[in-house]
Amino acid sequence: MAKQHVSFNLNGKQVDALVEPRELLVHTIRETLSLTGTHIGCESSHCGACTVDLDGKSVKSCTVLSMQADGSELKTVEGLADAEGLHAVQQAFIQEHGLQCGFCTPGMLIRAYRFLQENPNPTEEEIRWGMSGNLCRCTGYQNIVKAVQTAAQTLQQA
Amino acid sequence: MIPSEFEYHKATSIQDAIAQLGAHEDSKLLAGGHSLLPMMKLRFAEPPHLIDINGIEELRGIRLEGDTICIGAMTTENELIESEILQQHCPLLVEAARLVADPQVRNRGTIGGDVAHGDPGNDHPAVMLALDATLVLHGPDGERQQSANGFFLGTYWNDLQEQEILVELRVPVIKKGVGHGYSKLKRKTGDYAVAGSPVVIELDGDVCRDIRIALTNVAPMAIRAEAAENILRGKVIDDALIEQAAAEVLAVCDPAEDLRGDVLYKSHMGAEMARRSIRAALQQARG
Repeated sequence: MAKQHVSFNLNGKQVDALVEPRELLVHTIRETLSLTGTHIGCESSHCGACTVDLDGKSVKSCTVLSMQADGSELKTVEGLADAEGLHAVQQAFIQEHGLQCGFCTPGMLIRAYRFLQENPNPTEEEIRWGMSGNLCRCTGYQNIVKAVQTAAQTLQQA
Repeated sequence: MIPSEFEYHKATSIQDAIAQLGAHEDSKLLAGGHSLLPMMKLRFAEPPHLIDINGIEELRGIRLEGDTICIGAMTTENELIESEILQQHCPLLVEAARLVADPQVRNRGTIGGDVAHGDPGNDHPAVMLALDATLVLHGPDGERQQSANGFFLGTYWNDLQEQEILVELRVPVIKKGVGHGYSKLKRKTGDYAVAGSPVVIELDGDVCRDIRIALTNVAPMAIRAEAAENILRGKVIDDALIEQAAAEVLAVCDPAEDLRGDVLYKSHMGAEMARRSIRAALQQARG
């Protein structure tokens, strides 16, 4: 099948890629564009390790075709930190020990980044609901919830 | 897991989508893609052509027309949840959408895709039955309207004709004296229902003027439990009548055994979900 040209803004930079129609966005990000922060977990839109921010919405990039990202604004975990250092959600995950093995963390971070824009001052229950598309097999979630709470406070004070 | 090869086409309008369905044999429409793409990865579906309808603006949005709420088929689950029109006039749909999948999936998954796909585990078909919704379908010969009641014919089988596209779903405003209940049992976030049951009750004083009891994932497709409804319609509903109705729900359940449970367990859960929803709907209708 002939490859087709797609173009999108990835973490603030305009990028181009040649993709097969059947290619999934997570593969283009990891293999063609070499940003391996976005992880491949279940490949069936359950685990959330492949979560990215597509046009201001959290999506699972294992279940979006690369063709569908043409013309979009995309942010991955690599786009969270800036020249001034780590993003507040990244700092909070370190501070609260919101990870153990770290495999789910990129998805957790990019989802928390979007969730706290959707709901800047969430209750614990709202955090659990808002983060429910991301699975963690290590932590039992307590410290992930704490990290999101801490990030919310930091972002509110900023 | 990557789907097998297909050609990708982008439809720019409803007319264009219908024309492309006609031009490409065995093509499938790509809505949110969160049922179809996983099936394609597993080779349960291998359409040679995908027609992406995500760019068609006229398929999105929710508007109020008199006593009817018109919902574009490509409206996402999260858009249903956030809709002030639905929160105010049809909270059953908001409640149901909140229990679909997870936040990321709800950003992509659409009400129209959920209704048209045909998996008995999809949640909106039963909601459409409980609300007595009307589906607006466009095809090469123009528009037709079809009641949700009668649309669902079996697993991956409905009344959508070749080259037809589901354009809009129309549901009535829930008025005073009308109550709804929604119960869904699932093992975890993101899983399909073991059993689910949306119920809508219309009261006339204390008497049940009309009731619709629908069921998710306990039969080859979403169904109404009509024998159960008949027990309650025209009566002052009490606990004894609810038990009689629940027995009729149990009798109509015909689930497939899988990891969520065996036939008996799932049937009983169907009856229990209906029982809970009837009680909730009744309480709400009484105000």
